[in-house]
Amino acid sequence: MGKTIAEKIFDAHQVDNPAGDIHVIRLDAVFCHEITTPVAINDLLLRGKDRVFDPAKIKAVIDHVTPAKDSKTAAQGKILRDWARRNQIKDFFDIGRNGVCHALFPEKGFVRPGYTVIMGDSHTCTHGAFGAFAAGVGTTDLEVGILKGVCAFQYPRSMKIELSGNLPAGVYAKDVILAVIGRIGVNGATNRVMEFVGPVVTAMSMEARMTLCNMAVEAGATCGICYPDMTTVEYLWPFIQTEYQSKDAALTAFQAWNSDPDAVYDGVVQMDVSTLSPMVTYGYKPDQVKPVAAMAGTPVDQVYIGSCTNGRIEDLRVAAVVLKDKKIKDSVRGIVSPATPDIYKQALAEGILQVFMEAGFCVTNPTCGACLGMSNGVLADGEVCAATTNRNFNGRMGKGGMVHLMSPATAAASALAGHITNSPLYHGKE
Amino acid sequence: MKRFDGNVLFLDRADINTDEIIPAKYLTEISKEALKPYLLEDLKLKGFNPATDLMDKQVVLTRANFGCGSSREHAPWAFEVNGIHLIIAESFARIFRQNMFNCGMLAIELPRETIDGLFTRFSGKKTSVRADLASNLLLFEAEGGRAEISFTLGEYDRRLIQAGGWLEYADAHY
Ligand code: SF4
Repeated sequence: MGKTIAEKIFDAHQVDNPAGDIHVIRLDAVFCHEITTPVAINDLLLRGKDRVFDPAKIKAVIDHVTPAKDSKTAAQGKILRDWARRNQIKDFFDIGRNGVCHALFPEKGFVRPGYTVIMGDSHTCTHGAFGAFAAGVGTTDLEVGILKGVCAFQYPRSMKIELSGNLPAGVYAKDVILAVIGRIGVNGATNRVMEFVGPVVTAMSMEARMTLCNMAVEAGATCGICYPDMTTVEYLWPFIQTEYQSKDAALTAFQAWNSDPDAVYDGVVQMDVSTLSPMVTYGYKPDQVKPVAAMAGTPVDQVYIGSCTNGRIEDLRVAAVVLKDKKIKDSVRGIVSPATPDIYKQALAEGILQVFMEAGFCVTNPTCGACLGMSNGVLADGEVCAATTNRNFNGRMGKGGMVHLMSPATAAASALAGHITNSPLYHGKE
Repeated sequence: MKRFDGNVLFLDRADINTDEIIPAKYLTEISKEALKPYLLEDLKLKGFNPATDLMDKQVVLTRANFGCGSSREHAPWAFEVNGIHLIIAESFARIFRQNMFNCGMLAIELPRETIDGLFTRFSGKKTSVRADLASNLLLFEAEGGRAEISFTLGEYDRRLIQAGGWLEYADAHY
């Protein structure tokens, strides 16, 4: 019987099988940020275990609230910073070099096909775009990961998401994943790995694959995953060129992870994206999804372009095409947050930030900020935000606020109009 | 081992997420105790008032996909510091469920019909429950009624509870 990519990764990393289908696996990387790690650090200190299993396999960043907004967030940053110093964690990213974890770490080449990764953050599933098993965990799992380099999971069951057809102009990975979640529901992939396959995925850039995998957890999945291919190799090449003789050699090695043709799945979803239109959420759950046309005219107070879902260079480029030589509506506050310093620099070099500023957007430093309602654009009670983020939960961007999730193209067009609307890049039927 | 008994709080809604259990703005706290006043502050549930409804409750009974959303262990901690160590639901989001057992707390899943039945029979009444880990039974009691419901608990989950959590278990084994 064949194996799925997730099963192959588990089998290659197994340390123990304490009971039933619970497998303790060895970790290739443990990622940390300043919201969920400080409590683990303090607990380790309290237990007299201020150690890390391998400083080279731990990567840490201050990203959720940066620069610190008050004494409490300053203290969280300090705990992480001091700990990274004490434990000689070289890959620690502080202000000036920091960015949203799930955009920054891939950009640094920290994720490879076949890796096992945990982080105290539910959107860790993003890194599955590289053919890795990457899962969000709580602070206790993180703490054990830091100390021992292991984590326990149920042996993975996978759900195959087959995406066929051609994406119409103006329709993006974000629209695809919203449509998939709309179809299967917020609980539709719980305790399973969502394996994204098919020509649509093959044609996607790494950035688009990350957007796809990023929201797997919004359907309850443990991880989203894409097969490594030449696109993966090209993206990682600057980091792996000393390890492989050629790109083809890297490709051969990476593709050994890909699922076998006779692998067994727990569910298959087939979607032809050829007739897909841009999507938007309407309620307080990410599976409450409608075509943008059905929500057109809904006024928005704020437009937020950023986050680990859609704050990458491709996203800013698309938004800038929509915004070029135009002004956002007076009634709208536009905020753009390039997800990492490199994305920021690139956008600056390409004149994209200029376009945003001419249009009337505020450009913030790379941070999670408004995405989780902690800083840089928190909503007031009753306000509505068009956002390229991944969660529309009640209160997510501020108590009493409403969030509509959408692609960067739709968000930019909505900023110009002052209400939700399709972007001119989309020519399909409404 | 923690205590798994007490008065029941009925949360009659599916997909209650971790932002509702403990909003992100409180994630700046670095002690569990500090989360105590904010449990379920943003819960969208008609007629629910955390100030009065949480009083003297040690158990939660709820619907499907409880604890979906963020990985924040602050969610189970917020229950823990309020003295709630047992949550009974139709299903849980993976990370939340794991966080519960990692903290040595108990998350029990029951079939939808059983949950429906419990809501019908007991919600609105002062109800208490005790989880008996030796016989795998939940013993519900309210004025004018009792119910014995059996549940399953995986061997590994049981060991985590007995060890007091995953850190204690991992420390002893790896
Ligand atoms: S950008 Fe938003 S969803 Fe992504 S890691 Fe930051 S807070 Fe979480």
